[in-house]
Amino acid sequence: MGTFIIRRLGQMLLTALCLTFIVFFMTNLTPNLEKLAKTQGNFRMSDEAVNSWLSDRGYLAPLPYKFGQWVGVVPGWTNEKTDNDGQTIVTGRCFLAATPVEDRARFCGVLQGFWGYSSVFKTDVDALVAKRLSATGKLMGFVLLLMVPMALIVGILAGMREGSNLDRTLSTFSIASTATPEYVSGVIFIALLASSKFGISPILADWGWIDTKTLFLGSAKKAVDDATFRNFFLPVLTISLYGMGYIARMTRASMAEVMTAQYIRTARLKGVSFRNVVMKHALRNALIAPFTVIMLQVPWLLNGVVIVEYLFAYDGFGRLLVEAARGNDIELLMAISVVSVILVLLTQLISDIGYVFLNPRIRIS
Amino acid sequence: MTTQDYDGPILEIENLSISFFTRLREIPAVMDFSVTVQPGEAVGLVGESGCGKSTVALGVMQDLGKNGRVVGGTIKFKGQDLGQMTMEELRKIRGCEIAMIYQEPMASLNPAMRIGKQLMEVPMIHQNMSEADAYERALQVVTDVKLPDPERILNSFPHQLSGGQQQRIVIAMALMSEPSLLILDEPTTALDVTVEAAVVELVKDLGKKYGTSMLFISHNLGLVLETCDRICVMYSGEAVETGRIEDVFDKMQHPYTQALFRSIPLPGADKNSRPLVAIPGNFPLPHERPKGCNFGPRCDYFEEGRCNSSKAIPMAHVEHGDRHESRCLKFAEIDWDAPLIAAEKKEKGAIGEVVLKIDNLKKYYEVAANAIFGGGNKKVVKANETLSFEARESETLAIVGESGCGKSTFAKVLMGLETATDGEILLDNKAVQNTAIEDRDTKTVADVQMVFQNPFDTLNPSMTIGRQIIRALEIFKVGNSEAERRTRMLELLDLVKLPREFADRMPRQLSGGQKQRVGIARAFAGDARIVVADEPVSALDVSVQAAVTDLLMDIQREHKTTLLFISHDLSIVRYLSDRVMVMYLGHVVELGTTDQVFSPPYHPYTEALLSAVPIADTSVIKKHIVLEGDIPSAMNPPPGCPFQTRCGWKSKVSGGLCDTEMPPVREIADGHQVKCHLSDEELAGMEAVIKIAAE
Repeated sequence: MGTFIIRRLGQMLLTALCLTFIVFFMTNLTPNLEKLAKTQGNFRMSDEAVNSWLSDRGYLAPLPYKFGQWVGVVPGWTNEKTDNDGQTIVTGRCFLAATPVEDRARFCGVLQGFWGYSSVFKTDVDALVAKRLSATGKLMGFVLLLMVPMALIVGILAGMREGSNLDRTLSTFSIASTATPEYVSGVIFIALLASSKFGISPILADWGWIDTKTLFLGSAKKAVDDATFRNFFLPVLTISLYGMGYIARMTRASMAEVMTAQYIRTARLKGVSFRNVVMKHALRNALIAPFTVIMLQVPWLLNGVVIVEYLFAYDGFGRLLVEAARGNDIELLMAISVVSVILVLLTQLISDIGYVFLNPRIRIS
Repeated sequence: MTTQDYDGPILEIENLSISFFTRLREIPAVMDFSVTVQPGEAVGLVGESGCGKSTVALGVMQDLGKNGRVVGGTIKFKGQDLGQMTMEELRKIRGCEIAMIYQEPMASLNPAMRIGKQLMEVPMIHQNMSEADAYERALQVVTDVKLPDPERILNSFPHQLSGGQQQRIVIAMALMSEPSLLILDEPTTALDVTVEAAVVELVKDLGKKYGTSMLFISHNLGLVLETCDRICVMYSGEAVETGRIEDVFDKMQHPYTQALFRSIPLPGADKNSRPLVAIPGNFPLPHERPKGCNFGPRCDYFEEGRCNSSKAIPMAHVEHGDRHESRCLKFAEIDWDAPLIAAEKKEKGAIGEVVLKIDNLKKYYEVAANAIFGGGNKKVVKANETLSFEARESETLAIVGESGCGKSTFAKVLMGLETATDGEILLDNKAVQNTAIEDRDTKTVADVQMVFQNPFDTLNPSMTIGRQIIRALEIFKVGNSEAERRTRMLELLDLVKLPREFADRMPRQLSGGQKQRVGIARAFAGDARIVVADEPVSALDVSVQAAVTDLLMDIQREHKTTLLFISHDLSIVRYLSDRVMVMYLGHVVELGTTDQVFSPPYHPYTEALLSAVPIADTSVIKKHIVLEGDIPSAMNPPPGCPFQTRCGWKSKVSGGLCDTEMPPVREIADGHQVKCHLSDEELAGMEAVIKIAAE
């Protein structure tokens, strides 16, 4: 088990390295760098000015060299310049001109814990990513809390009597929920539940059932610091519904298969009641397959997060990604890709380990 | 229950009819079926697959699924009609009064639940036992089914046990609340012969100990003879003959029973002088049953206008015997003692030159101890150890052994699917052991071909039969044009006695026996000289087995093929092979002509194997040897002789030689070799296992 986890972590590191290199390569393409120089400097810069702006900041070094700096295995760039007063000003990747000479670090990269500086948000990347990640983490946590139990219950109820009316109803529901993209369901929810003019909010307000104008809030801006049911439920519901249908379908298929297994017949012919057949004999076996799916669902939900965070004005990881990409914010994008890789591979690791615990057949001897 | 002191029959099934309903039609699975099981009695239900015997069992359990329904007749258990019971009442009977033992033990145990919990559940539901009492009871029953270390077993998961142990657990589960009726649905089909023998003995003993009545479902007549008091033969949804074992086996009164007995290889049958008589034609599909007698179209005594009139044929009492009945209009007229009209005797093909020589062949596999998480110690599985033998032209060499003995590994190495670790395989004096199948030339590939065990999986389901054979011809570079190959393909169909129209059919339109014939045609497409037949008939029904074996023999005679017949079924091996090789844990323990191997002196393992095979003949007396324990794992073979852990003769060898030293290969007669430490005197003193009682 130990060696397995270590191998997986090694694999994770390698993947992160490859992926970040690709992102680094893309963001360092010449047109992207020009764009960066113009947005950061001056839109009417001449080509020479762009060149000198880029070379002053170490952007024109060879790509592997630059990547090495980011990782922290190659010394950071330094640049000496004589200003108008005839004084030499030394700038570098790892220090500011004002930093005393003895405090100037030679290396500064991810290995040294330096994640860089966001050119869009004008702040340190690590603090920014951490803050946004925790906001999205909160969102995802509530999503999983709502989505997983709901999906499992729907799937098991549908799968335990395949072909029954209950199965048909629940299956239709789960197909419909998966078939509705978040930007559709989100808009519908806002219109129905969070508008003071349409949907049920004005009616409820008329009846005096709610004190506020709308039942839910269409904006989750405040939920980052202070999440309430009213401002946070709609984004959570929007993401959950989309993912739920898929997991419910998988659970249903797995449950239906288990219910036809011979050991279920054995249990039935032992005189076990239907309820206990489902609860004691079928459930655990039926959960083995969906468990992997649920864990794979987590990184997939990150896609949905981008849309929903925009729709509900929630300042999270998804919005960060979009804004960083728009501004070609190299170091922020790099940090985001590292986090994404770790997230994806971590969920896979958890899914593999959890699988072993659910399925005694592959438990380590 | 108030029926504790009920003393009538335990189970009475009267004129039971069960149908399955599909969108298209109603499919009658069981028709007008009656059987009675008295207290303490064991009744065997015998028939080929699809004859409805398992449906009867599920009907008794009232568990026919969504589509099945009882459409007529009654099933009474201790006088109460099971069909009238509510689900609640049924649940009280299931597992408590009627318990069932299933065909595949692995599939019938919950893989994610510990054995102990699965066992304890039964008394906890039915007797409201406390958990501690239930555990005690489970411990006691597991000891009863003779499993070692019961506490460890109760704490393990099903996959940690071997097949034989799993089946014992299923039996233990059935016995947990001492049921009055035990239904056994092919309980040993998935097990090896020696394990089967042990399980059957256990069931018999426990049946006696607890006084349980049994309904024993099997396709194996020999097994039913060993376990049951009465037998009921089923054909196509109907009981055709029922009576005491002795009456049905010796004074059969139905043509189907007779045909069945003539098609199974009993001692005395011989491929040349007394070939088996296959039942002509095919088993009718449930919705294509003929008018009148279901067996009519395949019956030797068929009478036009009488046997196929539209009237249903009732069961009729036979004069002699106890409750002996037959569903035949003519049984009183047929002369049952008339000797079998001897089928044409066949010339035995002359055995020719050596074509295949195996010298000290070894095949080891390296496996990681832990497949999923990798790492751990690499373990070596010694699948084949020092195999040495030769096979000649037009000879049938049988390779016999239980699962895991290395017989299939040998076939793989010979075919080139694996390469050998050490030693030589000489094909016409050309070493091929290290040439994988991709590197072999067309001639070699065409020369060595295989007929597979399961004809259902080995044909491509989306290609016509003709195309698949032509494809083989293309690969073997036979014929120069499509037309030529097509002609050759039709000839091959003739060779395996399939109608030429079959060329355009899809595999799903064929029955199992027909598919196996296609498999044989494909193997012979490139005029194979060596054919490895890996259990070619074990997946087929008894009546079809005979026809397919005969076909193989006919082709062999014609083509002078060397046939390597891999099988665990000693009856069929005895019937058709010239020489027999017995394998155990990768070693050849005995090799000799069929007569030498089947008569003493034996290797102790061969002796046990012979004793374990059930024989469907009341006049045969067998020496009773039951092997203890399971086959050791090839990953961790015992030191010394591989068979020493289960050998009954071990004490006869002085000095503990068996524990420490691998026995040498000894030639005890011309061409008869044995790998055993037993002295010549001990070997010479062995008695024959199978004796035919004087009539």
